[in-house]
Amino acid sequence: MIPAPHLDFLPLLPELIVAGVAVALLVGGALVGRPSQTVLLLLTLAGLIAAAAASAYLWNWDGPGRVLGEMIQADRLAVVSRMILLGVGAFGALYGHHYFARTGVARMEFYPLLLLAVSGMTLLVASADLIVVFLALEILSLALYILVALSFRMASAEASMKYFLLGAFSSAFFLYGLAMAYGAAGTTKIDGIALALSGRTGSQPLALAAVGLLLIGFGFKVSVVPFHMWTPDVYQGAPTSVTAFMAAGTKVAAFTALIRVLDVSFQPLTWDWRPAVWALAAASMVLGSLLAIAQTDLKRLLGYSSIAHAGFILTGLIATDGAGIAAVTFYLVAYSVTVLGAFGTVMLASGGIRERTSFDSFRGLAGRSPMLAGLLTLFLLSLAGIPPTVGFIAKAGVFGSAIRAGFWPLALIGVLASVVGAFFYLRVIVLMYMEEPQAELEPEGAALPGAALALAAGLTLVLGVFPQIILPVLEKAAILRW
Amino acid sequence: MIRLPLVLFFSAVLFSTGVYGVLARRNGVLVLMSIELMLNAVNVNLVAFSQYVRDIGGQVFALFVIAVAAAEVGIGLAIVILIFRNRESINVDEVSLLKW
Repeated sequence: MIPAPHLDFLPLLPELIVAGVAVALLVGGALVGRPSQTVLLLLTLAGLIAAAAASAYLWNWDGPGRVLGEMIQADRLAVVSRMILLGVGAFGALYGHHYFARTGVARMEFYPLLLLAVSGMTLLVASADLIVVFLALEILSLALYILVALSFRMASAEASMKYFLLGAFSSAFFLYGLAMAYGAAGTTKIDGIALALSGRTGSQPLALAAVGLLLIGFGFKVSVVPFHMWTPDVYQGAPTSVTAFMAAGTKVAAFTALIRVLDVSFQPLTWDWRPAVWALAAASMVLGSLLAIAQTDLKRLLGYSSIAHAGFILTGLIATDGAGIAAVTFYLVAYSVTVLGAFGTVMLASGGIRERTSFDSFRGLAGRSPMLAGLLTLFLLSLAGIPPTVGFIAKAGVFGSAIRAGFWPLALIGVLASVVGAFFYLRVIVLMYMEEPQAELEPEGAALPGAALALAAGLTLVLGVFPQIILPVLEKAAILRW
Repeated sequence: MIRLPLVLFFSAVLFSTGVYGVLARRNGVLVLMSIELMLNAVNVNLVAFSQYVRDIGGQVFALFVIAVAAAEVGIGLAIVILIFRNRESINVDEVSLLKW
C-alpha cells in the first residue's frame, strides 16, 4: 500500500479562498441570471479580505518552510507580497465596478476574472518550484488577456490581441528556459537548482541558457526594454480600471518571483547574470524615460513610465542582499499605491466609456475639477520621485542598495533618467494648471472610487513621510531561507 | 536509444521554426500555431531531460504544459474571433489602431 502523504494546505489558504470565491461567483452568477453588480462587488471584496486575513495568519507560520511536495513557499516574503496583491485586487474591483457600471452593460464576468488573476499573482509570489511559477504566470496572464478585452472600444480588442500574442510568445521562452534549468540541475525546485549548481566549477552552458531564457520570459511580464513593445499599447487600449490593476499587480507578482529565481536558484551564477540585469535595467530606465517625452496620451505616457520604473526596480534587484530585497519590496508597495492612484484619477477625469485620455482632454483640468487635478499632481510627483511622496523614498532605497553593492554607474544612470522623467510628469501638471480647457468634459465624482483614491493619496503621503511604518515588516520579510 | 544531444538539437530546430513563424506570419491563427510549435519543442526537451536525469518530474511537467497550451489556444482563438468580427480580417499587421 502506498502511504498517503501528509498534505499541509494551510499555506495555500489565501489562494484557495480567492479562487473558490471566483468559481462560486462564476457558477452562482450563471444560476441567478442577472446578479446585481453591487452584490458581486461586495462578495469579491469579502473574498479578498478573508484571503488577507488568512495570509496575515501565516506571518507566524512555524510549520515546514515548503509544503505540498515542496511546491509552495510559506515564508514571510510571500505573506507581504500577498498582502500588497490583495490590496491591489481590491482597488481593481472598486475601479472596475465604477467603470462598468457607467457603461450600463452588466459585466458580471469581470469579478471572477479579477479574482482568478489575483489568485495567479498570489500563487506566483508563494511558489517554491518553477512548475508552480509557470502555472501561476499562466493563470494570471490568461485572466488578464480577457480582462483587457472587456471594453467595447476597438482598441481594447486590439490591445488584448497584442498582449496575448506577445505574452504567449514570452511564455514559450520562459518554458524553454525552465526545461534548460531542469536539464542542468535535474530538478525544477527553486532551491534544488541552487544546490545542484553550487557544487560545480567551470562553464555551465545549460544553466546559463536557462537563466537567459528565464530573464526573457520575466522581462516580457514586467516590461523591461527590449521586451517592452506591448506595454504602451496594452495600457492605452485596456479599460482604465483593468490597466490600473494589471500595471500594479503583474509588477509586484513577477518581480517577487524574479527575486526568488535570481537570488535563490541562480545565486551560484550571480556573477554571470548581473551584467545582463545591469544592461536591462539601464536600457529600461533610459529608453522608458526618453520615449515617454514624445507621448501625447496620458495612459500611454504612464505605460512608458512603467517601463522606466521596471528599470528602477531591477536596479534594486542587482544587490542580492536582504536590504536590497527590502528596498525592492518597498518600491513595489510605492509603485502600486501611486500607479493605482494615477490610473484611478485618469479614469474619473477622462469622461465616460470613450476614454478621452489625450493631453487635450486634460488641459485646464484644474479649473473644471480642482480635486482631481490636485490628486493627479500628487501621484505624478510621486512617480517622478519628488519628496515628500513615497516615490522619493522608494527611489532612494533602490539606488542606495545598488551603490552599496558597488554599482554606482547604474545608480547614476537611474538618477539621470529620473531627471528626464521629472520633465514629462511636470509637463502634464503644467497642462492641467496653466492652460485653458479645450474639451468640455465633465469629470465625474463617485463615492467608491473617490474613497479608494483618497486612500491611495493618503498612503502616498504618509509612507513618504513615515516610511518606518512598514520598513521593519519588509526587512523581516526579506530574509530568504532555503 | 537516441542520444540526448540529437534530441536537444531537434527541439532547438523546432523552437526556432516556431519563433520564425511568429515573426514572419501575418495571419493571427498561424501565429498561434507557431506558438504551439514552440511549446511542443519545450515538451520534447522536458521528456528528453526527464529520461536523461532519471526523474519523472519532467514528464509530469510536459503534461502540465499540454494542458496550459490547450487553455491558451482557447483564449487565443476567442480573441482572434473578436478581432475578426470587428474588422473582417485577422491579419496582425492591420491591427494597428494603437501606435506611437
